[in-house]
Amino acid sequence: MENFNYHRPVTVGAAASMMKKSKDGSYMSGGHTLLPTMKHGLAAPTDIIDLTAIKGFSGITVSKTSVTIKAGTTHMEVATSSAIKKVIPALWEMAGKIGGVHVRNKGTIGGSVANNDPAADYPSACMGLGATIITDKRKIPADAFFIGMYETALKPGEIITAISFPIPKKSSHQKFPNPASRYALTGVFMSQDKAGKVRVAVTGAGPMVFRVPDMEAALSKSFSAGSLSGISVKAKGLNTDMHATAEYRAHLISVLAKRAVEAAK
Amino acid sequence: MSDTGIGARVLRKEDNRFITGKGQYTDDINLKDQTFAYFVRSPHAHATIKSVNTAKAKKMPGVVDIFTCKEVEQDKIGGLICGWMIHSKDGSPMKAGPHPILASGKVRFVGDQVAVVIAETRAQAKSAAEAVVVSYGVLPHNVDAADAMKTKAQVHDAAPDNRVYNWSIGDQAATDAAFKSAAHVTKMDLINNRLIPNAMETRAAIGSYDTGSDHYTLYTTSQNPHVARLVISAFHGLAPEHKLRVIAPDVGGGFGSKIFIYGEEVVCVWASKRIGGRPVKWTADRSEAFLSDAHGRDHVTHAELAMDRAGKITALRVNTTAAMGAYLSTFSAAVPTYLYATLLSGQYNIPNIYAEVDAVYTNTAPVDAYRGAGRPEATYVIERIVETAARELKMDPAEFRRMNFITVFPHQTPVIFQYDAGDYGAALDKALEMSDYKNFASRKAESARHGKLRGVGFSAYIEACGIAPSAAVGSLGAGVGLWESAEVRVNAVGSVEVLTGSHSHGQGHETTFAQLVSDRLGVDINSVAIVHGDTDKVQMGMGTYGSRSGAVGMTAISKALDKIEAKARKIAAAVMEASVDDIDFKDGTFTVKGTDKKMAFGEVALASYTGHKINSSEIELGLKETSFHDPSNFVFPAGVHICEVEVDEDTGLTKIASYTAVDDFGTIINPMIVEGQVQGGVAQGIGQALIEGCHYDKESGQLLTGSYNDYNMPRAGNMPHIENFKLGFTFTKCPSNPLGMKGCGEAGAIAAPPAVINAITDALGIRDIAMPATPLTVWNAMQPMKRAAE
Amino acid sequence: MTAVSMKVNNKTVSGEVEGRTLLVDFIRTNLGLTGTHVGCDTSQCGACVVHIDGKAVKSCTTLAVACEGAEVTTIEGIAKNGKLHPMQQAFHEEHGLQCGYCTPGMIMSSIDIVKRNGKKVSEEVIRRELSGNICRCTGYHNIVAAVQSAAAKM
Repeated sequence: MENFNYHRPVTVGAAASMMKKSKDGSYMSGGHTLLPTMKHGLAAPTDIIDLTAIKGFSGITVSKTSVTIKAGTTHMEVATSSAIKKVIPALWEMAGKIGGVHVRNKGTIGGSVANNDPAADYPSACMGLGATIITDKRKIPADAFFIGMYETALKPGEIITAISFPIPKKSSHQKFPNPASRYALTGVFMSQDKAGKVRVAVTGAGPMVFRVPDMEAALSKSFSAGSLSGISVKAKGLNTDMHATAEYRAHLISVLAKRAVEAAK
Repeated sequence: MSDTGIGARVLRKEDNRFITGKGQYTDDINLKDQTFAYFVRSPHAHATIKSVNTAKAKKMPGVVDIFTCKEVEQDKIGGLICGWMIHSKDGSPMKAGPHPILASGKVRFVGDQVAVVIAETRAQAKSAAEAVVVSYGVLPHNVDAADAMKTKAQVHDAAPDNRVYNWSIGDQAATDAAFKSAAHVTKMDLINNRLIPNAMETRAAIGSYDTGSDHYTLYTTSQNPHVARLVISAFHGLAPEHKLRVIAPDVGGGFGSKIFIYGEEVVCVWASKRIGGRPVKWTADRSEAFLSDAHGRDHVTHAELAMDRAGKITALRVNTTAAMGAYLSTFSAAVPTYLYATLLSGQYNIPNIYAEVDAVYTNTAPVDAYRGAGRPEATYVIERIVETAARELKMDPAEFRRMNFITVFPHQTPVIFQYDAGDYGAALDKALEMSDYKNFASRKAESARHGKLRGVGFSAYIEACGIAPSAAVGSLGAGVGLWESAEVRVNAVGSVEVLTGSHSHGQGHETTFAQLVSDRLGVDINSVAIVHGDTDKVQMGMGTYGSRSGAVGMTAISKALDKIEAKARKIAAAVMEASVDDIDFKDGTFTVKGTDKKMAFGEVALASYTGHKINSSEIELGLKETSFHDPSNFVFPAGVHICEVEVDEDTGLTKIASYTAVDDFGTIINPMIVEGQVQGGVAQGIGQALIEGCHYDKESGQLLTGSYNDYNMPRAGNMPHIENFKLGFTFTKCPSNPLGMKGCGEAGAIAAPPAVINAITDALGIRDIAMPATPLTVWNAMQPMKRAAE
Repeated sequence: MTAVSMKVNNKTVSGEVEGRTLLVDFIRTNLGLTGTHVGCDTSQCGACVVHIDGKAVKSCTTLAVACEGAEVTTIEGIAKNGKLHPMQQAFHEEHGLQCGYCTPGMIMSSIDIVKRNGKKVSEEVIRRELSGNICRCTGYHNIVAAVQSAAAKM
C-alpha cells in the first residue's frame, strides 16, 4: 500500500475543503472496500480524508413517513435498531446480512452507497424503497443516483450526509450470497408503498443495481407470488463469472423475488 | 488407564500459549538488524525473460540489494529438487526440467519468482519490487491437465509433450481379460478438482548468516526442518549440515503445503550472506500464497469397473492424467503413483487392477501432496465408481460394498499393498446404525415436503499411512528413508525430555507424546517436555506428513522408552542390590520381588546421574536413549462415512444435513485430539466436494481464485450442526507397531468428497456431478431433469 | 510520520506511524504484541480481530492513526490477574484450536458474539457470526462448542 496524507476532519465543510486541496484524495469511512483495494495497488490516493470523526455524522431518526440514516451510521447500528425493525423490517434485516460482524462494525451506509459496488446490498435498498440520497449540496432520488458500475451522480468532492427511506407498507429482502466473498451473488429488495405501488430492485446480478418494471407492474396489481409467474429477467446483459452464469442469475432473480413476496411484512 | 495415559482425553498442554497470544510463529520472530525481502513475480503464465532491469529499483529508498538468477548462478546455488524418482513403464526415468530458486531464462506460471528485492522495510521492498522492470517474451501456455500432451505450450525442453512420466501398475493382460468376461462394466470420467491448501499462517522465513562463525540459521514454516536442512545443504549447496540450523517454530497449519522446500526460503538464507550477514525476512502475503504454495489434487481420470453376474467385482482399470504444475515440487512425483494407484483396491477384494498414470507439466503453480496426497484421489475414483455400479446393478450401495469387502487379513492387493488388519463390515454396521440409515426414506419424504431433495452417500475408504519400510520406498524411487527418530532424556530429577523428528503444527504432539511417556514411565504428564522443530536440538528426523507421527514417530519414542526402562531396571537393581530379573516396574515405581524395597522412577534417574551406588564399569552412567524406528509396513486406517445432503430445488444450494464418520484408527492415544483431526479433515473434504476449487483462466493463464473473495474456504456455516455430525470408532489393532496405532490426520479429507458427491447424485438422481458441486453446478445439473419434467 | 497515542490492553501507548500503517502492524511491530495475526490481505480471514472501544474489528483494515484515543484490546489483554477469560478457557477445554493461528481472532470475535447475543446464543447465530473468521484445522465443530460453553459462563 502506497503512503498517503491522512486527514481527520470534524466537519463536513472541512472534509470537502481538504478534498479540494488534495491532489488525488479519497474519502474513507469504514475502509473495508478502500483499504483492501489499496493493499493490492489498485488504488493509491494521495490523501485519505477519514469521515468517521465528523460530529453528528451518524444516527438514525424515524418520523411518521420516513427513516433517515446519517451517512456515518454503521451497518451494525442499523442492524440493531429496533426503531428501524419496527417500520422497515427488510432494511433492518438486510443490514444484518452485510459482510460479517467486523465489516458491519465499521462499514457505513454512506460508504456503501457512495461506492455503488454492483454486488452491494444498500444500493438495492435505496432503489427498492425509493430512497433519497442527501449530500452536502443537494438531494438526489435513488433512481437518479446510481448511474453505472461503481459510478454515482456524486460530483467530485460531494459528500453523502444521509439517506432517507420512505416507510413502506411492506418490505422484503432476499439475498443469495456469493459463498466466498459474502457479497450478493444476487439479491432482491422489494417494497410496497402505502398506495400499493411496488418496487423491485436487484443487486449482484448486473453491472449495477437495477429495477424490474415487469415485476413491479404485476405486483402493484396484485401482491402475490403468483403474480410473478411467467415474468423473468432476461439473462442477456447479466453478469457471468465463475460463481454464477447470467442464466443462473436470471433464475435466482425469479426465485428470490417470489420468496420476497412471500416473506414481505 | 491413568487419567493422563494412553486413551485419555487429556486437554492439550500446548494450548496455553496459543489462547493467550504467546505462540511464536516465524513472522512473530524479529532478529536484530533484519532486512525484508519481497519477490518480483511473473505476471505471465509462460514467457521468456528477455531482460531484468533493476537499476531504478536499486536507487529507491531503503533498498539494500536486488538479486536475480545471475547472482544465484554466480554463487552456484543449486535448483529445487523432486525427491522421488519415478520410472515410466518403458523403464525410462521421469523427465524433469530445471527448477531454479529464481527463474532463469523462462517463467512458467503466474507467480514464478524472478527477482528478490531486499530493503530496510517490507513496504520499501514491495515498492521497489514494483519498480523492477522485466521484459518478457510471451509464449503459448496451457493450464489444463487434460490438454497438456496436445498443447503447443512446451513447459520444459526436457519433457516432450509435457509428459513427465507414463507410469503403470498392475497386470494389464489379466485385467483386460477379466473385462472381456465381465457380466457388467461401469465406466466413469472423473475429475479431482485442484485445491489450494490455505494453511492460515502463510509461508515465512528468516535467513541469517553469521559472518563470525560462517554459520547459517533459517527460521521457517516447515513440517520437516531436517529434510529442509538436508536439501538446502546437499542440493542447493549452501552450507554443510553442521553449519546450517533450521528452526521450524510454531507453525500455523501445513496440510502438506509446508513439507516442501520452496525457492523463497532458500533465497532468504542465501541472500543473508550476500548482503553481509544481515538477516533477511520474508512473509508471504495471502495473495502470494495463493500463487506460489504447492496446490493439491488436479487429476483427470477414466475408470472402468468389471463385475460378474453376482455383482462381485472382478477388475478395475484406471487411466489418470495428473497435473504437476510448472515444476516438480519436492514429493510431487510420488503422489499420483505410489500414494495413489496403490490404494485403488479400496476396501474391496479386486483380483485384477491395472492403472496407468501420465504426469504432465502445466503452466500453473506446482502440485504436490495436500492432506491425503493421492489417497483422496484414489478413494474418489473407487468410491464413486462402486456407488455408481451398485446403482446400475440396482443393489443397495451399502450391501454392494459389503459383498465385495475384503474379510480375510492379511490381504495382498494386486497393487503392491498388503493390508494387515481391518474389519470393514463392523465399520459399515456401526455407520449404518449411527446414521439411522434404515429410516432414510422417511427423512427424504420430510425434506421433500420442504422443497428439498435429500440424498445419501457412502464412502468406505482406506488409506495407507506411515510410508515404509525405508528400503522398500528406496527401491520405489524415494530419495530419503521414511523412518523416525526419538531421543528420550531423563533429567536427574526424573523429568523427561523427548526430542522427536516429528513436527507438530496443530496435531497436539506436545500432549499425545507426553501421554505415551506418562503412561510408560508413570511420570506426571507435566514433567514431560516434547522438543521438536530445531535441527540443533534434534539430531535428525523426517517430519510430519502422511499421518505418520503416531505410527512412526511415537513408535520411535516407544522404542527409546523400552531402552530407558531396561536401563532404569539395571540401575534400580544395582542400587537396591537385587538381580535385574527380580525388578518389577509399575506406575513409576521399581520394586524388588518378594521384598518391600522400592524406588521411584525419579530416584532411579537421580542415581543414574550421581553414580554413587552404581559400578560405572558395568553400567554406563546417565539415562538417555535414542531410537531410529523404521516401520516394517504401512498402516491401514479405514472406515465408513455416510453423508446426507439436502439440495434446494430452487437454487441448487446444497447443505450437509448430517455426516457420520466411523473410523478404525487402531489404538487411539487421545480421543479428543483424534476427533478434532477427523472433524477438520471432513471439513476439508466437504470443502473440496461443495465449494473449493482452484481456477486458472484458460485464455490468460491467470489464477482466478487468488483470494478469499473467489476461493471459497469452508466457514462455520458450511459444516453440519453439532448434533448432526456424528463420530464413532471401531478397533482393529495394527500389527506392525507395538502401540497398535494407525493414522488419523487425513481420513476425513480422504473419505468425505465421494460421500458428499454420492449423496448429491443420489438426491438429484443423476450419475455424476463435478466437484465442487456449487449451487451453480448443481442448478446446471438439474436443468435437463427440469426440461424433461416439463 | 504522525504521532499516535491510544490505550492498548489498558496501557497508554504511543508511537510514530505513517498514514498507511495498519493497526495490526502497529500492534505487532511497535508494541511487540504478536498474538494478533495476519492471515489474508482481503479483510476476510479474521486472524487479526481485536476490540476497539468494545467492538470486534479487523485490525488489518484499520489505520493505526485512526485509532488516536481509542481503547484497543488484544488477545494478550483479556486474561485478568493471571486468570484466563472464560472464552480462552472454553477453547482449551473444548479443543477449539489446533495450530492456534486463527485462535486469537476467533476468541476475540467469539467474545463479541456472546456479548451481543447473550448466554443463550444459538448454534445457528454462532455459525453465522463466525463467517468472518476462517479456520483451516478444526472444521469449526469444537469452536462452536467452545463459544456455547463460554457463553453460559460469561
